[in-house]
Amino acid sequence: MRLTGSEIFLKCLQAEGVHTAFGHPGGVILHTYHLMLDYPLRHILCRHEQAAVHAVEGYYKASGQTGTAIVTSGPGATNTITGLTDALMDSMGIVVFTGQVPTAVMGCDAFQEADVVGTTRTCTKHNFLVDRTEELPRMVKEAYHIARTGRPGPVLVDLPKDIIMGRADFKGYPREVSIRGYNPSVNGHPGQIKKAAELIANAKRPVIYGGGGIVHADAAAELTQLVDLTQIPTTLTLMGLGSLDTSHPLWMGMLGMHGTYTANMAMAHADLMIAIGARFDDRVTGKLSEFAKNCRIVHIDIDPTSIRKNVHVDVPIVGDVKRVLTQLNAEVAKIERDWRADFEEWYGQIAEWQRTHPLRYDQSEDGKILPQYAIDQLYRITESARPFVATGVGQHQMWAAQYFKGRGEPRKWITSGGLGTMGFGLPAGMGAQAAFPGELVVVIDGDGSFLMNMQELVTCVQYQFPVKVFIMNNRYLGMVRQWQELFYGGKYSQVDLEVQPDFVRLAEACGATGLRAQRPSELRGVIEKAIATPGPVVVDVVTTREENVFPMIPAGGALREIIDVGDPVPEKLFQGWR
Amino acid sequence: MTEARHYRKHILSILVENRQGVLAKIASMIAAKGYNIDSLSVAETLDPTVSRMTIGVHGDEWVIEQAVKQFHRLIDVIKVTDLTDEEHIGREMVFVRVNAEPANRAEILRINEIFRGRIVDVTPASYTLELTGEVKKIGAVLELLQPFGIQEIVRSGTLAIPRGSKSAAKAEGKVRSVAHKAAAGTD
Repeated sequence: MRLTGSEIFLKCLQAEGVHTAFGHPGGVILHTYHLMLDYPLRHILCRHEQAAVHAVEGYYKASGQTGTAIVTSGPGATNTITGLTDALMDSMGIVVFTGQVPTAVMGCDAFQEADVVGTTRTCTKHNFLVDRTEELPRMVKEAYHIARTGRPGPVLVDLPKDIIMGRADFKGYPREVSIRGYNPSVNGHPGQIKKAAELIANAKRPVIYGGGGIVHADAAAELTQLVDLTQIPTTLTLMGLGSLDTSHPLWMGMLGMHGTYTANMAMAHADLMIAIGARFDDRVTGKLSEFAKNCRIVHIDIDPTSIRKNVHVDVPIVGDVKRVLTQLNAEVAKIERDWRADFEEWYGQIAEWQRTHPLRYDQSEDGKILPQYAIDQLYRITESARPFVATGVGQHQMWAAQYFKGRGEPRKWITSGGLGTMGFGLPAGMGAQAAFPGELVVVIDGDGSFLMNMQELVTCVQYQFPVKVFIMNNRYLGMVRQWQELFYGGKYSQVDLEVQPDFVRLAEACGATGLRAQRPSELRGVIEKAIATPGPVVVDVVTTREENVFPMIPAGGALREIIDVGDPVPEKLFQGWR
Repeated sequence: MTEARHYRKHILSILVENRQGVLAKIASMIAAKGYNIDSLSVAETLDPTVSRMTIGVHGDEWVIEQAVKQFHRLIDVIKVTDLTDEEHIGREMVFVRVNAEPANRAEILRINEIFRGRIVDVTPASYTLELTGEVKKIGAVLELLQPFGIQEIVRSGTLAIPRGSKSAAKAEGKVRSVAHKAAAGTD
């Protein structure tokens, strides 16, 4: 039967199993929004398209379901660019549909026209311009396939107005998809896996270094099995946090620029790194010429371009992390070795690092609230509810990662790593809440980050998404201030948020609940009240102004140059170095 | 990463979907990654839905390995073959308009004949030569013509085709294994 493009589009979404979308209508896409009323699609009207994409990211990360956003042309589409780039950096499987001006006027500077396909070429995994209504079903099918398979990533589909209003024969949603240029390898090469097992069998100071790939592959259980089989000390990146239960005895804490001393030292002294679903990002390696000297590396990843991009790899294994780990665990299980006895010296060294340089803060009873303390308390109080935790970007994010407590449910940790997008927290938390309406969703945000997408508080109230936002309010752009203090002679430039809204009244103005905690003694009560209050809640946690995140490996520094609380900052780092 | 680096020019033969925007996508990726592209030519193959891009890129082994993988990662790229270390025939075509004063005309014609070129345009003061050959040959001709004063050069970029000395099946297998090796990250 002959249907309009909009009808075909909506039927395709239905056939694809999409029941929730985030978006914002506009001129060129009116036809679709009109027909949407006749379909069971739950559309959440966000107040900014950037937030719509972050919400879709949060939805995807929390549920594993490919997320969907629908926006209009021109500014609607360009507003998604930050979200798309964020999704690309963090490998989020999402599809964004953008309206577009009619094909006849494309390229003529029409009203609300933007070259979206051109602009998003490098910030999407792939993009499509639908040039014929007949092509719509195939392109929608391919878009979702590309978004969710291989290394997940954002896909954009541009929908010109004449295409969605034009008619075509709809033969049903394609059952299969076949793209000759796209065939991600999922099974690891058995020979490589055996080689990896051999290296593991002979290592004396091994480390397991896991990343976001473990989460995308839903391989937390397989990772835990590997750790239990080999008794190898384990660290995870910001994106992989939670893949191993944080109370596991072999958990060393997060690694990287603001990772624990223990994890970074272990990486610096290891003789074997087993990298799983991680990409040796510069926040993790520090100075490359000093990284992994005298260390063998096994690298398991689904994206060949991540392997041997910036570090040497002895045993590369391309494949889906879940499948490869299953194969590897089978090989490793055959190894006869008294793991714990063999690693006794290594454990001793690691324990010593942990003893001398634990994560620590000193909260006085009657002083101001330390953000580390607030976050640590928040985790302890909400632990039993096993909440989703979404964060903004900055110091609060790093503390949220350092003190994170998780039970092997890594999808509950939602943060912007690769791009580090301020304003990510609230919309992403909202997306997670939309996927899991009955679960507790906590957003740990900064006062700078929160303001960037605070308009979504209104969306939360409209749809009664009961997210609980805890703003670590230090009235500074904290992370930038820290760098200026440590590396730019303490000269603050454009970091003082001297004027800010009263967050409690701001929350109330949006129809949410606003609470405030100003003293350490008030904290528990306020947190408990926030959790118990129905609907969205914003808690203004007034903290000390100038706390620094430690440990810290300065940008471009080697892992061993890690600076801990109380360590002097090396002279060479001053004067705007790097 | 600290071993000595050997910079080499590589010829990559890439089969891509013949669709609007694909060339732009590849160019964007090359620009984003900062690869050194010496030449790029593209045209349809026997299959009208498939185009072939022949790209001359230079860098060390790390860069080339990454580049091959990056090309593979693009959805519109069907197959990537690194012809550099395979037996192949490489050619480039060039149009050269050279000053041809009466005193020099004979010499220019002789050079043209030696290099088996063709004169495709004549004016009282210039000849336009059309030459095809290996890149080295083109370079040699241009050097010889330089003293006369070259007005304009239009080069096509390198084209390459593997030698047919191996059987078609073997060549297919080799191409597939190059792709697989690149994907598996093994050497």
